Amino acid sequence: MARVPMQSLSSPQGRIFQVEYAQEAVKQGSVVVGLVNKTHAVLVGLKRNAEELSSYQKKIIEIDSHMGIAIAGLASDARVLSNYMKQQSLGSRMTYGRPIPVDRIVTQIADRAQTNTQHYGKRPYGVGLLVAGVDEAGPHLFEFQPSGMIHEMLACAIGARSQMARTYLERNLDKITNSTRDELITHGLRALKETLSQDKELTVDNTSVGVVGLAGEEGKGKIESFKLYEGQQLVPLLEAVESGETKEEETMEVDS
Amino acid sequence: MNHYPEVWGRPRDDIYGPYNSSYLQTTGPKTHTQSPAVTGTSVIAVKFNGGVAIAADNLASYGSLARFTDVKRLRVFGDSAVVGFSGDVSDMQYIDRLLESLDIRENYSTHGNMMNAKNLHTYLSKVLYKRRSEFNPLWNHILVAGFDEDKKPFLSSADLLGTTYSAPHLATGFGAHLAIPILRRLFPEEKPLEEISKGEAEAALRECLKVLWYRDARSLDKYSIAVITAEGVEIKEDQVIEAQSWAFAESIRGYGAQVN
Repeated sequence: MARVPMQSLSSPQGRIFQVEYAQEAVKQGSVVVGLVNKTHAVLVGLKRNAEELSSYQKKIIEIDSHMGIAIAGLASDARVLSNYMKQQSLGSRMTYGRPIPVDRIVTQIADRAQTNTQHYGKRPYGVGLLVAGVDEAGPHLFEFQPSGMIHEMLACAIGARSQMARTYLERNLDKITNSTRDELITHGLRALKETLSQDKELTVDNTSVGVVGLAGEEGKGKIESFKLYEGQQLVPLLEAVESGETKEEETMEVDS
Repeated sequence: MNHYPEVWGRPRDDIYGPYNSSYLQTTGPKTHTQSPAVTGTSVIAVKFNGGVAIAADNLASYGSLARFTDVKRLRVFGDSAVVGFSGDVSDMQYIDRLLESLDIRENYSTHGNMMNAKNLHTYLSKVLYKRRSEFNPLWNHILVAGFDEDKKPFLSSADLLGTTYSAPHLATGFGAHLAIPILRRLFPEEKPLEEISKGEAEAALRECLKVLWYRDARSLDKYSIAVITAEGVEIKEDQVIEAQSWAFAESIRGYGAQVN
């Protein structure tokens, strides 16, 4: 009988197959997009339902009032990570009386994910995260991968067909960085829309938006708490995408 | 007298009968953590317009013996917080090590996000409360001075039980009895913080330390003083109480060599 090689250690190319398989799970998850400007961080996600009669899988989770995550991949693995993040956030508020800095908690989950790639009898998390939050240094967006890699991003998309969204984000990066809060959401939704196949569109049922940021002029140094937009709350946000597009089409006609 | 050192200096058994050692505990719970050994006396602090000033003398006493006369009891944390310790000196050194590792952890962050004095005070009060709940308290009374998240002057206290309170001026130990009344007279409640200058605050602390030196037998005339402002922490650790006048001592009656 042929011996099955140990998947994690025996690649002469220096690859760790288990980790690559886990990253495959992220690629199959439905798409989520994250982006930041100077004041806010936004997460948008496309929710999937397993069948017509089932509910939609949650894509965006609030961790604390200053932070939320968007998930692509195995939702059950994401729950383990999000519960851990919630505990750590609560722990920071309890012990130090302060919201946990975003880079700190992202490093913590990265360290956890990395040990999973190195230990016998463990497997990597099959989920990628986008972590959006604010701290003393302003708004942040981090990308987290099952390998334990983390990157701070200006804009990012992970999940199925996310390349289309990334292309949109790359093309519009300057506009995104200098946008207002509402424009930032619209850019996020547009990027999400790019990934849709022909027969699909964004609806109040399959879309999810999370926003967190610094409060405006009136509350100096205060934050606008993480808010999740779902269902009917999405109507004005989706309308903003539609109206923006018709406007652009009109101007294009004028140009031609 | 015989050649066994353990009986030297003891009442002789052949004259006084065998020594009754039954009251000396040989077993039972450990008790040495339930009282302090080497101690520091008062820490005093006062808020002023744009900052906080804090001071403590440089003495560590062993009971009533002035054992160590060059012990720094103010500890700077980060770039805008100072912790002042009174009580057990070895517990102070333990907490100092905790703060050292906390500071290192904090500095890993690339985004700033440094802990302020308020966060530090919350943390220390939790440490103290945890230890008192284990019946193994850290025998300290701590003052934390610095700024809160809104950059406003912050001053608060935490004791060995984890009890916390804060006020515009605070003092621990004997200072709570001797310095607080002086500070209250100098900076009454109705006087807003904006009217108290850095110089006034510093001078008031020096005056309080002088009174403590006169009247607290566990104090020293060498002290440290730290002034925390938006610019940072200015700490002086080799101060001496100046312009002493012991004339008042002549009028004290009722104890000492002179009985009436």
